[in-house]
Amino acid sequence: MIPRFPADTVRALSAPLARPILTMDAIPAHMRPERSFQGFILALQRFWADQGCVILQPYDMEMGAGTFHPATTLRALGPRPWKAAYVQPSRRPKDGRYGENPNRLQHYYQFQVIIKPSPPDLQDLYLKSLAAIGIDSALHDIRFVEDDWESPTLGAWGLGWECWCDGMEVSQFTYFQQVAGVECSPVAGELTYGLERLAMYVQGVDRVYDLNFNGREGADKVTYGDVFLQAEQEYSRHNFEHSDADMLFRQFSMAEEACRKYLDAGWKNGKREAHQMALPAFDQCIKASHAFNLLDARGVISVTERQSYIMRVRELAKACGEAWVHTEAGRAA
Amino acid sequence: MPDLLLELFSEEIPARMQAKAADDLRRMVTDKLVAEGLVYEGAKAFATPRRLTLTVHGIPARQSDLKEERKGPRVGGPDAAVQGFLKATGLKSLDEAKIQHDPKKGDFYIALIEKPGRATLDVLADILPVIIRTFSWPKQMRWGERSAKPGALSWVRPLHSIVATFGLETEQPEIVKFAIDGIEAGQTTFGHRFMAPDAIAVRRFEDYEAKLLDARVVLDPQRRKDAILTDAKQLAFAQGFELVEDQVLLDEVSGLVEWPVVLMGSFDPEFLSIPGEVIRATIRNNQKCFVVSDPKTGKLTNKFILTANIEASDGGKAIIAGNERVIRARLSDAKFFYETDLKTKLEDRLPKFENIVFHEKLGTQGERIKRIERLAAEIAPLVGADVEKTRRAARLAKADLLTEVVGEFPELQGLMGKYYALAQGEDASVAASSEEHYKPQGPTDRVPTDPVSVAVALADKLDTLVGFWAIDEKPTGSKDPYALRRAALGVIRIVLERRVKVSLRTVVEEHFKSSYTAISVDAPTQTDLLMSFFEDRLKVQLRDQKARHDLVDAVLSAASLVQGQPLVSIVDRVEALGKFLDTDDGKNLLAGTKRAANILRIEEKKDGRAYSGAADVALYSLNEEKALAKAIDQVRDEAGAAVTKEDYAGAMSAIAKLRPAVDAFFEHVKVNDDNAQVRENRLKLLNEIRAATRAVADFSEIQD
Repeated sequence: MIPRFPADTVRALSAPLARPILTMDAIPAHMRPERSFQGFILALQRFWADQGCVILQPYDMEMGAGTFHPATTLRALGPRPWKAAYVQPSRRPKDGRYGENPNRLQHYYQFQVIIKPSPPDLQDLYLKSLAAIGIDSALHDIRFVEDDWESPTLGAWGLGWECWCDGMEVSQFTYFQQVAGVECSPVAGELTYGLERLAMYVQGVDRVYDLNFNGREGADKVTYGDVFLQAEQEYSRHNFEHSDADMLFRQFSMAEEACRKYLDAGWKNGKREAHQMALPAFDQCIKASHAFNLLDARGVISVTERQSYIMRVRELAKACGEAWVHTEAGRAA
Repeated sequence: MPDLLLELFSEEIPARMQAKAADDLRRMVTDKLVAEGLVYEGAKAFATPRRLTLTVHGIPARQSDLKEERKGPRVGGPDAAVQGFLKATGLKSLDEAKIQHDPKKGDFYIALIEKPGRATLDVLADILPVIIRTFSWPKQMRWGERSAKPGALSWVRPLHSIVATFGLETEQPEIVKFAIDGIEAGQTTFGHRFMAPDAIAVRRFEDYEAKLLDARVVLDPQRRKDAILTDAKQLAFAQGFELVEDQVLLDEVSGLVEWPVVLMGSFDPEFLSIPGEVIRATIRNNQKCFVVSDPKTGKLTNKFILTANIEASDGGKAIIAGNERVIRARLSDAKFFYETDLKTKLEDRLPKFENIVFHEKLGTQGERIKRIERLAAEIAPLVGADVEKTRRAARLAKADLLTEVVGEFPELQGLMGKYYALAQGEDASVAASSEEHYKPQGPTDRVPTDPVSVAVALADKLDTLVGFWAIDEKPTGSKDPYALRRAALGVIRIVLERRVKVSLRTVVEEHFKSSYTAISVDAPTQTDLLMSFFEDRLKVQLRDQKARHDLVDAVLSAASLVQGQPLVSIVDRVEALGKFLDTDDGKNLLAGTKRAANILRIEEKKDGRAYSGAADVALYSLNEEKALAKAIDQVRDEAGAAVTKEDYAGAMSAIAKLRPAVDAFFEHVKVNDDNAQVRENRLKLLNEIRAATRAVADFSEIQD
């Protein structure tokens, strides 16, 4: 079922293929991707681990998307090869629906894969990863539909697709061209899976809260709702009604200021040749971005101001990108 | 003669780019072939989501040999010139040059250059990589390891392989040998991504197309479209329904599949309580599926038609079920949006507009709506609309911009306003104007008919135009971000098709005064400029309707928008003038007035003065000049009266009465009389002919 490519790319393809993929039968029932949310995540991790990715744990900060994780934003820059996969809890304060909408959440999981340089068989690897979580391409209509990705706050853009499975968008597939205002050289390939959505599809449930989280049945069964419904209700209240806007405005400014301070202080010997604090500075950029998202959800930023806040975060991201390409991991060897 | 087959096999090409890319590829390759002296018999290009393919047939196997003579310096010319000549022509010495004898200029050298034609295979190997490298996509990208190197190939998505063969039908074709960024051209392609992914060896277009078909790839987009349309109609028909055809969607869908498989799904009939347009927008925009109607009621049914890219092993059950789930979720959202929208009255949304900036210098949407309301109320009596209804219509016309459904589907703006207005019990005219006031959107769109809609539509467009003129942000060249040309054309079409007899200038001047005094840079000048802009748009509009541009100029020269003439009268004049000039009277009178104008021009130039002012009755000596003077007086009165009544045909017939007098005058009267006073008087009389015809148009602008 795997499309072949010209001679020089077949070699690249055959290495990971030669290794046997764990068959479904070997997995205990409660850990099968179609039975449990956690089994589903583990299957994806296992698959990408087999492709040589480092499997990272979520970044310990609030962020709007897995792309903000420094393992993507910063590691996408510079010449060094990089392969990583991880789950990233993503916070979209505006998408809160008090737990009442079957699909929308203000906190959900993204599964993120980043491979630099993008391998010639990335589409095939992606399709195989779908097979690994139980989506059979002989049975399902899988499509790559144009989607030009752009993140105004990250100063990033790329070309790729939304990946559709039977008419449902299940992943985003992007060849990064620019991140944090820096041209990607070489280009990294990024895959983002919407985990809840995919798991709902594989488990055949229509309401995210009905997802079986642990794959057990009866009294032992834990659903997504058991884990997250209360959180969705509480955070919706918080995001829309009670979050402390004054504090958030201050947090934004403080993070912005700190980011600049760390960036300035990070230049070795004050010369713009080597940077030693890109990562801590970028943390502050992430903080500013999340404070902005909360303020936006709270409805306290006007349309015209909105643009200027986005610009301010972008300026931070660009400055961090500029610093990163002067660090050990970000610059040419 | 041999044929070329070229295939560029890549990852999925965006549907919207495929047709143009195929066309560009055909044009670039064939242009280059012709430029290389290789005239071909035919060419056709195709696109699928994963490939661009070009076949060019009947290309000569070789270029013909070229013989060229190049002229060199004169014999005995300076050494620098000789050396330059040798270098340019590649001759080793002057011994290889010919000497041409020229009795006038002396002898000079001639180089005979013979350039043997190259094999087309070699020419192709040179031109194809250049074309691929310089090919331009709306957006293109780099990828993979090579993207780190400068000058890396960029393509719409990663390019994986290239087929390039050239040869005769009867023989094994040869591979056009070239490589780009590590991709070597060859004769291997691949079938359908899922159903036949294996490598396929191809030789020439015919076996390429056939083998692809075996490998579940329909190469020709037109064939895919036909298949989708036929199957979709069939599926709908089999259930007693009708496909709602949608060409744009069909184009897109056919660019998303290599092997179209058409399937039908359904959704809960409960969703049919949402307006059909919302259902269609949901299913079409988000899911790229067609909707289906019931021919008995003309309304949508709870069915949709999807186009999959595979023949699934279960006959498509899982695919249908999956699509049904997504559509159910989407329609639930849409229904929720729609029902939420219905809970808030349109007028209760208005305060929000106070916080939404329309344009930095033109204030908020709230301010804009108030301006439109004021202007619409001014216009209402001029178009026979009820003032109060018009006010309300203008106030509510934009309110749906703040609804959830329009937020989700901006193309439903106006239409949703109508539904919501009707649902809250608004008057039918008021509700309709929410949708109608945006019209006409383009040259083929309909023009509103209900007077309330006419008033709001005019007010909306005129306020936008006056506003942007007030702040001096006019369209320049191709830049027209606020679609001001379209707005002006909309005003023109409404005014003409609804025959709104009003001076646009007056309306605009009033609106400047009532709404833009505070910000306008220079209202009178901007008003002039806006009227000229309208005149330019009017000329474009009339030219598109095949009106003679000189007649338009003739009328505008006598009666312009800038001077405050109503649009309707200008167009009526052009029409009456055109009809008049088709008659013998018209043609002859035109000749007479032209003659008068020519004489005047020459004499005025000679004397350096204008012969304006009234002629002196006492100085007339000949019967013909007296008769002409009398005819002019009579015509002036009659034509003037007719123009006042807006009877331009009548005015033309009145002017026609000048003809015998003008003819007789030129036959019997010598204008340049020896007596200077008489001459001057006669020239003034000629000027009066010109003046009299100006009641309708300036005849001097009319071309023969």
